[in-house]
Amino acid sequence: MVKREARSMKAHLTRRYMFSASHRLHSDQMSAEENRATYGKCNNPYGHGHNYLVEVTVSGPVDDQTGMVCNLVDLDGFVRTHILERYDHQNLNLLAEFVKEVPTTENLCIAIYEIVKRGFHNAHLEKIRIEETMMNSFEYSGESSR
Amino acid sequence: MVYLTRKAEFSASHYYHNPDFTPDENQRIFGKCNNPNGHGHNYTLEVTVKGAVDPKSGFVVDLKQLKDVMSREVLDALDHRFLNKEVPEFFTSIPTTENLAIVIWQRLAPKLNAAQLHRVRVYETPDLFVDFYGEA
Repeated sequence: MVKREARSMKAHLTRRYMFSASHRLHSDQMSAEENRATYGKCNNPYGHGHNYLVEVTVSGPVDDQTGMVCNLVDLDGFVRTHILERYDHQNLNLLAEFVKEVPTTENLCIAIYEIVKRGFHNAHLEKIRIEETMMNSFEYSGESSR
Repeated sequence: MVYLTRKAEFSASHYYHNPDFTPDENQRIFGKCNNPNGHGHNYTLEVTVKGAVDPKSGFVVDLKQLKDVMSREVLDALDHRFLNKEVPEFFTSIPTTENLAIVIWQRLAPKLNAAQLHRVRVYETPDLFVDFYGEA
């Protein structure tokens, strides 16, 4: 259909998702006192929860036949199956990736980045950004940007 | 270098359809967006320009000029329009959010003299947006 210069133009597409989960920030490498000093209220042994807002940014050439970087149905399906179903209404501390790592939003960003990077190949993963609350947000774009 | 972002809103209708595809392919690829009667969105546009701060005015760009260019080149053409039928670029391309961002860039870039266009961001909904940086 489209014979124009925009054929290979590169765009970034960002989709926002939400899930709710609980966690407790606690490191086995610190004493109880150090944990309390480091994590404060977040060290409460009973845990607490957040509504996490996850932004997935992918990029790629805009396909001249579809006008798309990638089909949103595919991205939504992947995120629903591999991210939302994994994390929504879960206690993050009980998941395999947080047995050894503290489930800070920094580490959650990296975990989600790795899942998308490994499993979603319809576009290039640029970035994962997570808002833990309206006041805190975290971004991870892979090892090279660390 | 300082970056300045100006927001605007416009509402428009569109549908996704490629005449090179069969009806089945159009339905499979574009789903609900393939309804030929169209549907609409409240779009939010963010235009980011960059430049050095002028020592006399303290401006990167005169916001009034930027606002006028955005109104004339983009909003007048897109606001309350059926994109497929009224905007020439979409006679031959599909009015996805990706292509909207590219078209808006192409309309603005030649008209912005004072500052350099850095990014066009188009929100189709609060949960979906596209950034275009003019990259080929």
